Amino acid sequence: MQGKPHLTRPLLLGSGLLVLAVLASLAFGAEALSAQQVWHALVAPSGTDADVIVRDLRLPRTELGLLVGASLGVAGALMQTLTRNPLAEPGLFGVSAGAALAVVVGIRLGLAGTVASSVWWALLGAVLATALIFVAASRLGRAGLAPVTLAVLGVAVSAGLAAITSAFVLLDTRTLDGYRFWAVGSLSGRGDGVAGQVLPFLAVGAVLTVLAARDLDHFVLGDDLARGLGVSLTRLRLLGVVAIGVLTAAGVAACGPIAFVGLLTAHAGRVLVGSRHLLLLPLCALLGASALLLADVAGRLVTGNGELQAGVVLGLVGGPLFVALIARRRIAL
Amino acid sequence: MTDTRSRARGQAPTPARAGASTPPTARPARTERHHAGAILAGTVLLVAVFVLSLSVGTTALPLSDVLASLLGGSGGPADFVVRELRLPRAVAGICVGAALAVAGALTQTVTRNPLASPDIIGVTSGASLGAVAVIVFGGSAGGASGAVASVGVPAAAMAGGAIASLLVALVARAGERVVLVGVGVTAMCQSAVTWLLVSGDVTDAGRAATWLAGSLSGRVWTDVAPVVVAIVALTPATWLLTRELAVLVLGDDVATGLGANPSRTRWVALGASTVLAGLATAAAGPVAFVGLCAPALAVRIARVERPPLVLSALVGAVLVSGSDLVARNLFGWLGLGPTELPVGIVTGIIGAVYLVVLLHRRAGRST
Repeated sequence: MQGKPHLTRPLLLGSGLLVLAVLASLAFGAEALSAQQVWHALVAPSGTDADVIVRDLRLPRTELGLLVGASLGVAGALMQTLTRNPLAEPGLFGVSAGAALAVVVGIRLGLAGTVASSVWWALLGAVLATALIFVAASRLGRAGLAPVTLAVLGVAVSAGLAAITSAFVLLDTRTLDGYRFWAVGSLSGRGDGVAGQVLPFLAVGAVLTVLAARDLDHFVLGDDLARGLGVSLTRLRLLGVVAIGVLTAAGVAACGPIAFVGLLTAHAGRVLVGSRHLLLLPLCALLGASALLLADVAGRLVTGNGELQAGVVLGLVGGPLFVALIARRRIAL
Repeated sequence: MTDTRSRARGQAPTPARAGASTPPTARPARTERHHAGAILAGTVLLVAVFVLSLSVGTTALPLSDVLASLLGGSGGPADFVVRELRLPRAVAGICVGAALAVAGALTQTVTRNPLASPDIIGVTSGASLGAVAVIVFGGSAGGASGAVASVGVPAAAMAGGAIASLLVALVARAGERVVLVGVGVTAMCQSAVTWLLVSGDVTDAGRAATWLAGSLSGRVWTDVAPVVVAIVALTPATWLLTRELAVLVLGDDVATGLGANPSRTRWVALGASTVLAGLATAAAGPVAFVGLCAPALAVRIARVERPPLVLSALVGAVLVSGSDLVARNLFGWLGLGPTELPVGIVTGIIGAVYLVVLLHRRAGRST
């Protein structure tokens, strides 16, 4: 057992990083603002240009980034623990693809115009896809635990679902136009109050995660030991599938399929606190939110006029990191 | 983390060597005969699908008309439909399927990993990135046209595929690693592609999205030519490689002892595979999963340990032409109008289902 200060330090670190990320997200962009201007806008807005930029443009975007990043971070950590696979990630393993397909079907049927209605579709798709991956992994037995098997399974499920999605998208230009902007994974242009609409889902996901946290610590020890310690594996897996589904679905519905947040934060989190889930999961929430916000800020700063969407930044940064993790033999194959 | 990692390391070494786990066949002679029979059956099936895809469509043509047009032309309207519309497309389907399948067979043999295929190890996504960049940046609203489209897209696809393949080969080095490094490279390329789709205007994005789904629609002879040339040119090369590849399966030490040069063989095979996959992707877009499924099916049919090149090519050709036949006519058969689906959607669905079945079967065997 480590001492208490040792355990709270990572959380403080994560919070510090998040505060910096939030400030950067409020201050940087096409128009760089000073810390005073941001403070002024937040505390005593008086209708100056800077106030409008901060309150109407950057604040909603930052809120959304916070919520979605946190939920994706937690979903990634949950998925890695429950599949016992260090490469598990909602974006790479087909959960986002399932949500995307369901949303596109919803749009096609004319039942998923707004974020509020598309969340339900995304939820359906995400939970089904997560369940599919879990069932396949458990049917695969020992081989299903191998990172490479599950990774390929995820790629296969993603590709199959993406094929069906593109069938829907290609048959209708209007759906394509909506879909491509949604699919790129961006925090901007998501309409008013999106953060408020996804908040309830994230709250449900957070509650489910907290309920599962203690059992997850036991689960890490292996099926037999966990059962011996009184963990109901079926209940835990079910809880996990629903939690991952809810968290990913809300994120995907609001911002499009954003990959690598879960993977990167879960790895960083484990390096900092190991597998104590009561610490790890909040830490992943903090790190996930920071990662998404920083990616968004980087995307705003890198390109002069047009923006590089957060999802693209994460893909371009996350891909090489993923490759580096494997090349460095950090992951046993 | 430590627990998870040690657990993962403690288990059986990944399902990578499925080829090695196929039961040993009874007698060589019998295997040979079985293999020859499979090739014959594959050829017959391919010819059947080929003729069928020339005769079936929005205007159904009787077989006699199709044969007449093929053999010299009857002068009727069927000539145009068969020779200018359906023939290039049918030939493209066969060539693309064969090229992808051979590319897959080569990668799988070289890496000794039945999951390695151009679409999993990143070649296809690199090629997609190159092609989409040309489609989006090269053309104004009307889409890329003229020289930019006919030379630029295939060239960019080739270049992108080659860079991705080189990257994966250099970083991964070992066979098992190739798949995961490929997944990373694929993810990287895909996010760049989605960005390109957003930055272009909707017409270009539409063209790029259709291309990305993998379509044989509207292929003319100039699109097909590069793939045909590549297949014809590379067939002797792969033929020469067959013996060396067979030795490679025994492991590097034994192969060197037998006078082979494993590292040269590997690079040549990987190069040939990249050229084939790149050109096929340039002609038809990233037709999903053919490079993965066709060799795996061929292994299963021929009951051998290593993907057989000729049979893989036949299976790939049948898979793509058959899928295109379905994709082209599905909506018509269902009475939903003349809408066509891109062939990649059909192969994608077939491939995903097959892969899950494959993984499931293998798990059943190993536990």
